Amino acid sequence: MSTQKRKSVSYSKWGYIFIIPFFVVYIFCSLIPLLSTFYNSFFENYRSGLTQIGPNFIGFENYITLFTPNSSGNILIFDYTANTMIMWLLGAIPQLVFSLLLAIIFTSARLKIKGQQFFKTVIYMPNLVMASAFAMLFFTLFSNVGPINQMITAGGGEIVDFFGGVWTARGIVAFINFLMWFGNTTILLMAGIMGIDQSLFEAASIDGASSVQVFFKITLPLLMPILVYVIITSLIGGLQMFDVPQIITAGIGKPNRTTMTLIMYLNNYLSTSKNYGMSGAISVIVFIITGVLSMVVYKSMGMGDSGKKKTKKIAAKGVK
Amino acid sequence: MNDTFAPAGQKTKSDKGKLITARVISYIFLGFVTVLSLFSFYLLIINSTRSHAELQAGFTLVPHGNFLNNFLTAWNDTSLIAIPRGMLNSFIIAASTAILTTYFSAMTAYGIHVYDFKGKKFAFNFILIVMMIPTQVSAVGFVQLVNQIGLADTYWPLIIPSIAAPAVFFYMKQYIESSLPLEVVEAARVDGSNEFLTFNAIALPMLKPAIAVQVIFAFVASWNNFFTPALIINSKDKATLPIMISLLRSEINSKAGNLGEVYMMILLAIIPVVIVYIFLSKNIVQGVALGAVKG
Repeated sequence: MSTQKRKSVSYSKWGYIFIIPFFVVYIFCSLIPLLSTFYNSFFENYRSGLTQIGPNFIGFENYITLFTPNSSGNILIFDYTANTMIMWLLGAIPQLVFSLLLAIIFTSARLKIKGQQFFKTVIYMPNLVMASAFAMLFFTLFSNVGPINQMITAGGGEIVDFFGGVWTARGIVAFINFLMWFGNTTILLMAGIMGIDQSLFEAASIDGASSVQVFFKITLPLLMPILVYVIITSLIGGLQMFDVPQIITAGIGKPNRTTMTLIMYLNNYLSTSKNYGMSGAISVIVFIITGVLSMVVYKSMGMGDSGKKKTKKIAAKGVK
Repeated sequence: MNDTFAPAGQKTKSDKGKLITARVISYIFLGFVTVLSLFSFYLLIINSTRSHAELQAGFTLVPHGNFLNNFLTAWNDTSLIAIPRGMLNSFIIAASTAILTTYFSAMTAYGIHVYDFKGKKFAFNFILIVMMIPTQVSAVGFVQLVNQIGLADTYWPLIIPSIAAPAVFFYMKQYIESSLPLEVVEAARVDGSNEFLTFNAIALPMLKPAIAVQVIFAFVASWNNFFTPALIINSKDKATLPIMISLLRSEINSKAGNLGEVYMMILLAIIPVVIVYIFLSKNIVQGVALGAVKG
């Protein structure tokens, strides 16, 4: 007993040694910056031209400014949250439908699809392509002199100003997000379906259940935890939407700020006017929304013993 | 086939018909999805083979002979952005990031898995909780800190933080749990190996599949990252590819721009990752699923 104890004590210091680099770097590069972001949100601290204003403590003034209607009566942070959510939804709905369909097709024992590796490789590829390049490519393809408009005019149509229309601009952003993520979601859902006890499907087919019945009565209910996980992590990812609309609209959220996302709003304050106060306040808002959503993920996956396995099962990849 | 007359056989036959229809529809859908995924890349490649005049003249799906010409222009023209420089910059950052992320995540996961120490549970739960925090929300404090310690416009703020990557840690932890028996560590101890050596020489090689997957993902994530580098890097010659690509916008809108060159530059920015993916796609796709299935 005593020797065992001594043994574990003598090795325990190695545990600390192995995890110290991670924690030191995390504390300096993420935790302290996070806390100082919160701290900054209570200060007036920005640059106006060449003059530095602040830092002066102003309490909740930045938050009040954030939620005060501007001259035209709009509360911008609400507008930008709505933009972000609309563009997320426009991409996420087809993404889920496509991914579910594909996951079912790939895992179906009856269909026995050939060339699965090829299809999976192809649909996952857009996920690895630089979002900035994707955005710039679509900006070129859909520009007024781009190939899409060339096709339209060749067919006798009139030039469509894709980036001048609210819904065409939002639609293109959403489409890029859809294209980049449906392959990833498909693979996650496939793993979920393959995790379902195969004997259930066999039993159902012996009982003469149709594939539609099997889907709604077996696959979908048993896939629910993973589906919830996929949806919420996608929502958290959606809240961070930045690269694509930033590059397509050069950061101004054209047309008329209808493609401006929350993080673009944050970035505008942070990169141009170095307004640490206002950008700090926006960060806090995003942090709170993300925190609530993450709680839902952890809850739905069940952080207790029974659900622990499930959490671990899926959490690993999704957060990449 | 012989039992066509039996009622059961008829059922099989209509079932077979249904199955064939289902298969045909599935393949049509898969074909559609394939076209959807590849069409924009196809246009990119085709357009990178055409000259500016050809691009303005009209749209085609057939490649032209201007590929080399566009390549040389895009590679040598540094008036707006310098692609070779951007590739080098991005490579330095992405490669360092990939190595640090995987090595230290494996090390942290190993430390928590193999040793018993006070606060181990807390350390694990802490990482699990912070995993969901987006990098963007601490950007304000991070940019301020970087400016204060004089590291603005250097690569350090883009490389060092990768040592602490909660999601990669989590992946490694799962992999270690399932494929590194503690007996191996104990056997090494009996043989007189020191703990650090055991990790580097015995444990790490056993984690190769997980490391390979994470090196790729970390490299790609860093190569494609736009948000943080855009806040840290100011000088033109230090810019990474995503920053450079974002500058092409003015070129597309200007009358004097060369569209063939623009397409080629976009192609050059994504091609390294695409080539690596084509060779390792099987492992990568499996790796994505691995994270989801393991447990």
